[in-house]
Amino acid sequence: MRAVIAEDSLLLRIGVVKVLEAAGFEMCAQVADAEGLLAAVEEHRPDIAVVDVRMPPGFTDEGVRAALVIRHQYPGTAVLLLSQYVEERYAADLLAANTSGVGYLLKQRVADVEEFAEAVRRVAAGGTALDPQVVAQLLVRRHSDPLDRLTPREREVLELMAGGRSNSGIAAELVVSESAVAKHINSIFTKLDLPKADADHRRVLAVLRFLGVARPPS
Amino acid sequence: MQLTTWLQLVPGRPFRRAGHRTALIAAGLPLHLAVVPLWLWLLGTFAALVPAVTPLPVLLTLVVTPLLTVGQRRRYRALVGKDLPRPPTPGPGRNWTWAVRRLTSRALWRQVCYHAVAGPLLAVLDLAVLAVWAAALVAASIYVWIWALPPQWRVTDLGYTTQAAYITAGGLALLFLGPRLTGALVRLDTRAAEVLLGPSRTEKLARRVADLAESRAGVLDAADAERRRIERDLHDGAQQRLVSLAVNLGLARATLGDLPADARKVIDEAHREAKEAIAELNDLVRGLHPAVLEDRGLDAALSGVAARLPIPVRVAVDLPRRPSPTVEAVAYFVVSEALTNVVKHARATRAEVTVHRIGETLLVVVADDGAGGADLAGAGGTGLAGLAKRVASVDGTFSCRSPAGGPTVITVELPCAP
Repeated sequence: MRAVIAEDSLLLRIGVVKVLEAAGFEMCAQVADAEGLLAAVEEHRPDIAVVDVRMPPGFTDEGVRAALVIRHQYPGTAVLLLSQYVEERYAADLLAANTSGVGYLLKQRVADVEEFAEAVRRVAAGGTALDPQVVAQLLVRRHSDPLDRLTPREREVLELMAGGRSNSGIAAELVVSESAVAKHINSIFTKLDLPKADADHRRVLAVLRFLGVARPPS
Repeated sequence: MQLTTWLQLVPGRPFRRAGHRTALIAAGLPLHLAVVPLWLWLLGTFAALVPAVTPLPVLLTLVVTPLLTVGQRRRYRALVGKDLPRPPTPGPGRNWTWAVRRLTSRALWRQVCYHAVAGPLLAVLDLAVLAVWAAALVAASIYVWIWALPPQWRVTDLGYTTQAAYITAGGLALLFLGPRLTGALVRLDTRAAEVLLGPSRTEKLARRVADLAESRAGVLDAADAERRRIERDLHDGAQQRLVSLAVNLGLARATLGDLPADARKVIDEAHREAKEAIAELNDLVRGLHPAVLEDRGLDAALSGVAARLPIPVRVAVDLPRRPSPTVEAVAYFVVSEALTNVVKHARATRAEVTVHRIGETLLVVVADDGAGGADLAGAGGTGLAGLAKRVASVDGTFSCRSPAGGPTVITVELPCAP
């Protein structure tokens, strides 16, 4: 798979490049700002762009804005945002506009080389990857609560779903059987009043509801 | 040549100082007497039964008062090198509001009091002291006068050895007394000028309080700026390096498959420790001054704090506008420290944080459903006492209600400018 990286800190850029190359990615371009990133995506059409949230010249949310542009104009390119600290509004912005091919991780997660590579692969393949801290923080901010009806176990399952895990991934993480996970998930759909339509769609809706990005039907 | 320069020629230090002071008194005489004609005019209007004219001398007194005050300041400045403290000046405003504020200011009426009442009384004492000097000089030098004056002006029956000797002795005594009388009068005059022309005690205290508040705010701002600088340095330097180190170790662990077990163990250990160092450094940086607070404000920073705690915490921040960075920093540290206490001591299952702005007050409430019994002096009290001090540093109020059995509610009010 092909990737570009936009990161203004040289050390971290080199680190991420090494990790991705070791994981079998082909690095098309390495840039240090949003403008360069958009040019590189236009030129190479990569499978994924790994993007720092804060970049020159403003050091605020250049990366997020570039990510929204990329997801809108180049649907074939997934975006994984890297951030020094959790800015859940940015994560919410990103998720409100896209439900696939996006990710938001803290920079320190790059150190967990295998897991990071796995997350990049997942996002590049059209999945999602959310940092556990982002999930926790979005949970704090969410106040309207059909979610209070969930059992602690169901909550755990939903958190892992929000992190982008598949049923088998969730089962492995919680050390339960896959059928138990499926049972929990069905129970979650029922409690959140999600219509019995396409299963994947319901899954995304449940996660969005959980993150407070989408409002329950009124 | 200036008078002060001439006075350098007077021999002997006590006498030179007395010379300066006498000059001060002499220069004070016309200034002290300046209002007397106006008083006489005022009395005259009453005596002549033309009260319609009465406001005129009063008005004139008000007009000359500032000029006389300037004169008095110059007198002290030029003759004894002393700057009389100034009363606070009324702020600028439209013409009539300024005039009203001026006319109703206590400073103006204290000045009038000095020039119109204290002045004439001091003038009498001025004259007395000047007379003592004159008498002292003439009497002490009586033999010179006897010798120098033409015969027809002499007092004929003055005995050279008896009366003239007594007069000389008296003159010398007065010369000895002169500096002391002068000193006493100067002290009296200075005291009156300081009290009536300078700021009152209340005004002095008000100015002192304003100065202290300003310098304290400066110190707090400087401390905050320093914390932010350290945070930025750590972020740009050590944090990036540590992440890079951890990435390299992680890569080594993942890619070097054929390592002996010992070497693999060492790399695993190093990788784990590098990640722990990153986590510790992140905590440290958050404790210093979290970047998210500066960038995104209290709401984002506090939900970050809440998300990292092991118990569910609801955070409700309702701020239409951001308070000053200093107030934000204090609010942040209060909440984050209070929540740390909740987790450490309260055995709570949940907590709630609300931040509201009511008028010019930022109201911060941290509540938990724990065991209670927290108090400022108690076992877990050092943290709370520190919080109270931090709140007091920006003139806030801190209260902690924590009956045994709970719940604990910490309420903090921080003043913030409109």
